[in-house]
Amino acid sequence: MSDDIARLETEVLVIGAGGAGMYAAIAAARNGARVLLLDKSLIGRGGATVMAQMTVAVALGEQEPDRWTDHLADTLAAGRGLCDEMLATLICRDGPARIRELADWNVGWTKEGNHLKQVTAPGHNVPRCVFVDFLNTGPAVTKTLRAQVARSDAITRISGLSATALVTRDGRVTGAVALDVEGGGPVTIAARAVVLATGGLTRLYRRNSASCNMGGDAFALALDAGAALVDMEFVQFFPIGHLAPRLVGMDPIMWDPFRYKLGGRLLNGNFEEFIDRYGGSDDGVYSAPRDLTAYAIVKEAEAGRASPNGGAYLSFEHVGEAALRDAFGPVIDRLAKNGIDLTQRPIEVAPIAHYHMGGIRVDETMQTGVAGLFAAGEAVGGASGANRLSGNAITEALVFGERAGRFAARSAKTTTNGYQDADAATAIADIHRLAESGGDSVAFGPLFAELQDLMWEKVGLLRNGDALRQALARIRAMRSEDLPRMRPGDKGGFALGVQEWFDLRAALISAEAIALCALARTESRGAHQREDKPETDPAQAHSQRLHLHDGALVAETIPIRVAAAA
Amino acid sequence: MKRVPITVQRGGPDDPPRLETYQAPYLEGMSVLDALRWIRAEADPTLAFRYSCVNANACKECLLRVDGKTAYACTARLSETGVTVQPLANKTLIRDLVTDTVPPKEKLAAALRRS
Repeated sequence: MSDDIARLETEVLVIGAGGAGMYAAIAAARNGARVLLLDKSLIGRGGATVMAQMTVAVALGEQEPDRWTDHLADTLAAGRGLCDEMLATLICRDGPARIRELADWNVGWTKEGNHLKQVTAPGHNVPRCVFVDFLNTGPAVTKTLRAQVARSDAITRISGLSATALVTRDGRVTGAVALDVEGGGPVTIAARAVVLATGGLTRLYRRNSASCNMGGDAFALALDAGAALVDMEFVQFFPIGHLAPRLVGMDPIMWDPFRYKLGGRLLNGNFEEFIDRYGGSDDGVYSAPRDLTAYAIVKEAEAGRASPNGGAYLSFEHVGEAALRDAFGPVIDRLAKNGIDLTQRPIEVAPIAHYHMGGIRVDETMQTGVAGLFAAGEAVGGASGANRLSGNAITEALVFGERAGRFAARSAKTTTNGYQDADAATAIADIHRLAESGGDSVAFGPLFAELQDLMWEKVGLLRNGDALRQALARIRAMRSEDLPRMRPGDKGGFALGVQEWFDLRAALISAEAIALCALARTESRGAHQREDKPETDPAQAHSQRLHLHDGALVAETIPIRVAAAA
Repeated sequence: MKRVPITVQRGGPDDPPRLETYQAPYLEGMSVLDALRWIRAEADPTLAFRYSCVNANACKECLLRVDGKTAYACTARLSETGVTVQPLANKTLIRDLVTDTVPPKEKLAAALRRS
């Protein structure tokens, strides 16, 4: 093994430094572990948490009396019968402790009088969602966690380190190999326990609300190490992502909080309300569930009643300047800079890939099927079943992050450093090979754009068997034929091209997992809508579990896990 | 489709800086980051720049110079006459538009010294 490889050693390695990863690092450190926290981007700035604008669902009972069991009932109902009840129970039962802990760390949850303000989000029976004004929930949460991470001497942080493989020996994880993006070389990390917290996969879709880091990394790493995935067919499309006019410097999900606070009217291209045509009701308040609203907008467009850019109108014209300013203060000025005056005209919205319900299968300690390998946050599958309840994503990140970090620290204490260079040899060779350009070049850009189009059109909101079969064939060809031919063109520092090769590899295996499970689920349920199988089939109230066998994805059905296991 | 000239400073710390101009498709309201992402995906896959959140101005990674002024590429609007994009002047250059903006305590070198 050559000496140009950088070597690191730790007790707990946390891969991904968004909300879940940072909380995992904090929890592992306070349970006595030395921690290495790394991110392919900057610590606490990439990922999905920082982009969250508003609601965090938690049964605090500050606004109105509430019980975590009611929150659980709403979560299970939204999940259309497929929620892993054990995981959903953890989120709802332990959420209050995490939200209070963030309050103790001065996150600044918005107050009303002397209690925390809680608002009602679609699918909740009471006002349950806390937030930080104005549209500042994600930035406030990540800033607070960054500060806690920085205060701990036990946590070492590294930005710009992209994990490319996990290292295992005898069924236990022993570390990881990563690409040093700035330097371009491999880094080996010996670790006694590893937490995967790199989020979901919404970058796979043409229209998405993700950062460029949400490309399925955790799923590829977990599969390759021998862990299983679950519920991969369920991708949440947020119904009212911003469509037009072009906005800069604002997250496309921003209209969600506007609807929480002000209602707003969702209209088709003929300026008619339409949600009632699809079994929902809106009445100017925001109550229809996400899966139904997304479906309704697409169907209206199919029927020739789209807004000019192919979506629907969202109107706040009736709300008035004073109420808009009162609810959103400086955000109204940011909109004005974008040329938008909500009192004068509606904006256009359309569904956008937003969150992944599926993910890594874990037990009650957040451990995967591989000893010492844990997962946290959106990377975990099952808690949301076929459709995630509004406001549960940040709660999930915090609860699962704390839990994964705590149990990873315990796991690390029960084992010794089992890392051996021989087990990392292939992963190191991959990075060295890509760093040397040459061969017949396939460029990343057009190939990734093709994948995003394919996923949007054939594995997106409305699916059918023929389209899914076509998509699956093309994805498999991209994986077997195009990926091996792709060579980075970059020379010199900042090896973005090498990272893109690993990005594409992770995206393709994740895409194949979605298409495979979507094809096998011959019914419509929640976020999975099959036009050729429009009914929900009670006989398919089960999950699909996936693992990798000799490089091929293999699916099997498993029963829904019940709450007793928590 | 209407095109707009994007002039970008290229090269590493040991190269004499050179300017390259790309003709990017122009859509009303687009950002400088939109144009840079188009260049890397469609015109020149070697162009290096930092970003992660794409459009939300949440990650704060895309800080650089647009027509000589420090700006976030994701919030700088592109005018029809085009722009010149350069790396931050007060940070060590790594390559093209990428400068050393990683906080000192988050660097690999610092972790290697520590372990």
